[in-house]
Amino acid sequence: MSNSLTKKKIDSATIISAVIVLCLYVAVFIAEQFIPATSMLFTVLKKGATYALVAVSMNLCNGFTGIFSLGQAGFMLIGAYVYGIFTIPLAARMDVYQYYNGGLVQFVLPWFIAMILGGLAAAFFAFLIGLPVLRLKSDYLAIATLGFAEIIRALFQWDKLGPVTNGSNMLRLFPTFNDFNVRGAEGQVTVYLSTLVPLLIAGVCIGVIILLINSTFGRALKAIRDDEIAAEAMGIRLASHKRLAFCISSFFAGVGGAMLAMYQTTVQAKSFTTAMTYEILLIVVIGGIGSVTGSCISSFLFVAASEWWLRFLDQKQMIGNFEVPLLRNGFRLVVFSIIIMIVVLFFRQGIMGTKELPDLIRNWQRKGKGKEATSK
Amino acid sequence: MMSQASMLKVKDLKVNYGGIEALKGISFDVEQGQIVTLIGANGAGKSTTLRAISGLVKTASGAINFLGRDIIPFNAQQVVAEGIAMVPEGRRVFDNLTVKENLKIGAYLRKDRDEIESGIEDIYQRFPRLKEREWQLAGTLSGGEQQMLAVGRAMMARPKLLMMDEPSLGLAPLVVRDIFAIIRELKAEGITILLIEQNANAALRCADQAYVLETGRITMQGTGEELLADQRVRDAYLGSTAR
Repeated sequence: MSNSLTKKKIDSATIISAVIVLCLYVAVFIAEQFIPATSMLFTVLKKGATYALVAVSMNLCNGFTGIFSLGQAGFMLIGAYVYGIFTIPLAARMDVYQYYNGGLVQFVLPWFIAMILGGLAAAFFAFLIGLPVLRLKSDYLAIATLGFAEIIRALFQWDKLGPVTNGSNMLRLFPTFNDFNVRGAEGQVTVYLSTLVPLLIAGVCIGVIILLINSTFGRALKAIRDDEIAAEAMGIRLASHKRLAFCISSFFAGVGGAMLAMYQTTVQAKSFTTAMTYEILLIVVIGGIGSVTGSCISSFLFVAASEWWLRFLDQKQMIGNFEVPLLRNGFRLVVFSIIIMIVVLFFRQGIMGTKELPDLIRNWQRKGKGKEATSK
Repeated sequence: MMSQASMLKVKDLKVNYGGIEALKGISFDVEQGQIVTLIGANGAGKSTTLRAISGLVKTASGAINFLGRDIIPFNAQQVVAEGIAMVPEGRRVFDNLTVKENLKIGAYLRKDRDEIESGIEDIYQRFPRLKEREWQLAGTLSGGEQQMLAVGRAMMARPKLLMMDEPSLGLAPLVVRDIFAIIRELKAEGITILLIEQNANAALRCADQAYVLETGRITMQGTGEELLADQRVRDAYLGSTAR
């Protein structure tokens, strides 16, 4: 009886968006089979997918709920460590945990389960620190979560936890993105999947977040962001909604951390610095606070610019006999910072503002219709 | 009329902010189907009264009884679920949500998800302007339209009692007239309204029962017409020239 009223109408813009995303996936799959696996393109896509997921998760918290959290690196660390700890093959444990007698954990979980476990662990920590921290507002909350991330980083390097976390030594030899490639009998790669699978993982997670944002729950989060008092007067429970949003955001940050571990092939607590959180924050701001599409686009642009396109600035370049001045190690970062300043100056709302891909398509459709009408 | 059971009974309500007594023990009744108004100057405790009823601030002592139930221990969510909706002061629409999303948030606690769409259509019939602006962000609406949206949003909860906190605040005189016309319409449809106003003239004209609040105490009460005719009220709130 209720079906006719509750069923959501899916407009053509949404379908076109889905088709575009699908085409991108197919393109990546084809490219991966023909372009050498060492190409920077795939490095960028893998890291970009990881950062996109974390950026969207941060956007869920900071952009859609208005909880200004800077604990992302901490939650990623938890996800990465849980993934690493539970997936290192038994045979390799003696090697990895060489100072801790092979470590405490003596079983192995499938990568998929370990990844979800990493997310759950991050969500659990988020729940715990959310109890005191979510009572704070804006900058105080940011400082508290930042402090949490630093504590976690120190904690995981603590020698006493060594049998589990391997102290300040790195975790390694766990399954990485390269293990997604399908190999033939002699060990040669027959189907390359090492870029497609991370993109798929990130895609599925981001898809879940999008569904969440568009649900009644997501609408309540946006209401809280816009006006807490009015939201409360509408009957929305502030505390439980904020806590849930914070935990869900951290869950996906944890999954993102596990993906980062797979990308890097090693995990070390000291690399999960505040600077990493700032990188993610930068991606969110450049993409547009409150736009999932923006976070995705800007994370790929960010990674591509910082890892690939601007690399030439760090080396001596000769044009004929002329040596281009200024180009030396580190100059890339100067140019990069200037680009970011320009972006922030000219795109105040970020690349996408609060718009999503389907919104853009709807605008184009409308313009197209307008033109048709005027030409008639 | 007074003997009949009131919808909302407030008795000796006291609210403190820190060391300051915002409400020093006020009592009033709201009868089913009436418009009851609290008028008073800034800082008299009008908004505090509404916030206490809707569970947004803690009460120090006193009783609030709604349809026979003590709602003092209820939080904001439970109060809304009991059937009391609020149009907050300064409208407080959700700026970055569309008009439609704002209305949907108003129905947040409703269980009958299927009927929400038809509820939204009802609101659009009452306020055709909102229908035209359906996909616009609420922050881009004019003040009067935002007030309509705030009223519509509260109506989406299908309240038994609608509390309005200074709906005329910051609106042009013509728009204020529209807003009070809407309030009368709502009453005609059988909705009970607790109205808080600084615009005493307009509020008293449409009120069945009225209370004057001064620095946390009720100093006068009567029907709207009685207070409208009262010399003290005229001097203090209506800016009467007959001094």
